[in-house]
Amino acid sequence: MELDNLYQEVILDHYKHPLNKGLSDSYDVQVHHINPSCGDEITLNLSVEGSKIKSITWDGVGCSISQASVSIASDLLVDKDMDEADAITEQFIDLMHSKGTKEGDPEVLEDAVAMAGVSKFPARIKCALLGWMAYRDAADRIKQSGSARDHRGSGQ
Amino acid sequence: MPLDVATIRQDFPIFRRTVRDGKKLIYLDSGATSQKPEAVIQAEGDFYRLHNAAVHRGAHQLAEEATDAYEGARSKVANFIGAQAEEIVFTKSATESINLIAYAMSNAPTGSRFALTSKDRIVVTEMEHHANLIPWQQLASRSGAKLSWFEVLPDGRLDLNSINSVISADTKVVAITHQSNVLGTVNPLEAIVARAREVGAVVVLDACQSVPHMPIDVKKLGVDFLVFSGHKALGPTGIGVLWSNQLDDLPPFLFGGSMIENVTMESATWAPAPKRFEAGVPNMAQAVGLGAALDYLNAIGMENVFEHEMQLTKYFLEELQKVPTLKIVGPLDLENRGSCISFTVGEIHPHDLGQYLDSQGIAVRTGHHCAWPLTRKLGVPATTRASLYLYNQESECDLLVKAIVDAQRYFA
Ligand SMILES: Cc1ncc(COP(=O)(O)O)c(C=O)c1O
Repeated sequence: MELDNLYQEVILDHYKHPLNKGLSDSYDVQVHHINPSCGDEITLNLSVEGSKIKSITWDGVGCSISQASVSIASDLLVDKDMDEADAITEQFIDLMHSKGTKEGDPEVLEDAVAMAGVSKFPARIKCALLGWMAYRDAADRIKQSGSARDHRGSGQ
Repeated sequence: MPLDVATIRQDFPIFRRTVRDGKKLIYLDSGATSQKPEAVIQAEGDFYRLHNAAVHRGAHQLAEEATDAYEGARSKVANFIGAQAEEIVFTKSATESINLIAYAMSNAPTGSRFALTSKDRIVVTEMEHHANLIPWQQLASRSGAKLSWFEVLPDGRLDLNSINSVISADTKVVAITHQSNVLGTVNPLEAIVARAREVGAVVVLDACQSVPHMPIDVKKLGVDFLVFSGHKALGPTGIGVLWSNQLDDLPPFLFGGSMIENVTMESATWAPAPKRFEAGVPNMAQAVGLGAALDYLNAIGMENVFEHEMQLTKYFLEELQKVPTLKIVGPLDLENRGSCISFTVGEIHPHDLGQYLDSQGIAVRTGHHCAWPLTRKLGVPATTRASLYLYNQESECDLLVKAIVDAQRYFA
């Protein structure tokens, strides 16, 4: 059934037992993202050490696809260098826009390849991307504040 | 008279197709948009095939025929809601109708009863569709007027206890939905209109979910403005209606061709209503299609449509409530209630439930239904909504219930 393609075991597992859910007390950046078409919401905390991702924690309400996707992202991206995390995020976004023509590279995307089936359901792509977009926004803010700091530093 | 649903369904070509690998289409999303009978598709097509020309403009036979068809549609709309033709403005949608009213009020000269200042108040309700909320938020911010609202009680009804303080003496506009597109609640207009009259406020009625489903006579409602969308009443998209018997006192909102009386290089004066509100070449084929839709509904009889939907709503409410963990969000009784039925099912997110139902050929809507403040107030992230119309039948409820139970197993 097409539906089983969407709701892979891995996805339902992450949904029922989400990883890194519950916001950390401390963080470098906190972002809040909303999917206006269905009302899903997520808050994501990102902590880094230099250019390395130290922790991603999150909390939110939403459907199984959005919750599983952020769970997978938080697990996959932690301990990665931010540049590498960006590349993984790009690959994931590309997979989501593939309209079912790509399977995703399990070496890079690991559990996230289970999301491949989502790309055949246009209304659900935004659900799958919610957490990843939140991560990307948080990472961008870190980079910006980092470069702002550098800039200030060099100005003195 | 009970509806012959089997025969009615034959008038709707879409019910001949299947969805999701050969499944019969169970369409429970008429609150979003209704399906169209062949007569409407035909009328819209025939306008293009046989009569197409710009209305009110050309000096030729086609222009005459197009104008007759368009103005004929206006009369049909007027008759349908107990109004006069010159009280009907065609817009592209209910959304545009409401924006038209709000912007026309902005254009009203100081001292006009439609002009708002920081001393005035606009009243809405917590159950409004975004289309009947945001234009008023925006008008409030443009004019400095205050925005207040009726709260929604846990049973899905408006809290009218504080009606005299909500509709306060400084209230100029009360904008309210006739029937909630989420809860199905039909609001108690009489009390609200009476209080609005006391303080001299105009009442704007969002009748998107009532005009298609029940007999409406604007003379009995006592409101000042009424809006609805053609596409929810078997008509085409791209055609909306604004009714008012006070259009002559309202300045225009869109400016351009066809809405003028006289134009010089420096200035212009306006045609009488309704033309002054219909700038540009209008959505002619769509208006004609709406006329055909209302003919279709009249032939069946709006009393019969209403009775059918009430019986069906009763059945849906009873059967749905037998499903464990299913909670209806909205009134449980039929008193002042229409056929939009929203619910939650345990911990299953509506988006997932909707996806499962879709895999079974069942079309419902999930989410906040363009009434986000309401879902927030109700304390649910989203709901699933089944909304009914004249072509729905009890067997579809049985299939819905079965599919929900299957979904519970699927996501368990
Ligand atoms: C109660 C209500 N008001 C307003 C609207 C807006 O109608 P439209 O989108 O056709 O302009 C809708 C439809 O979605 C509705 O259900």
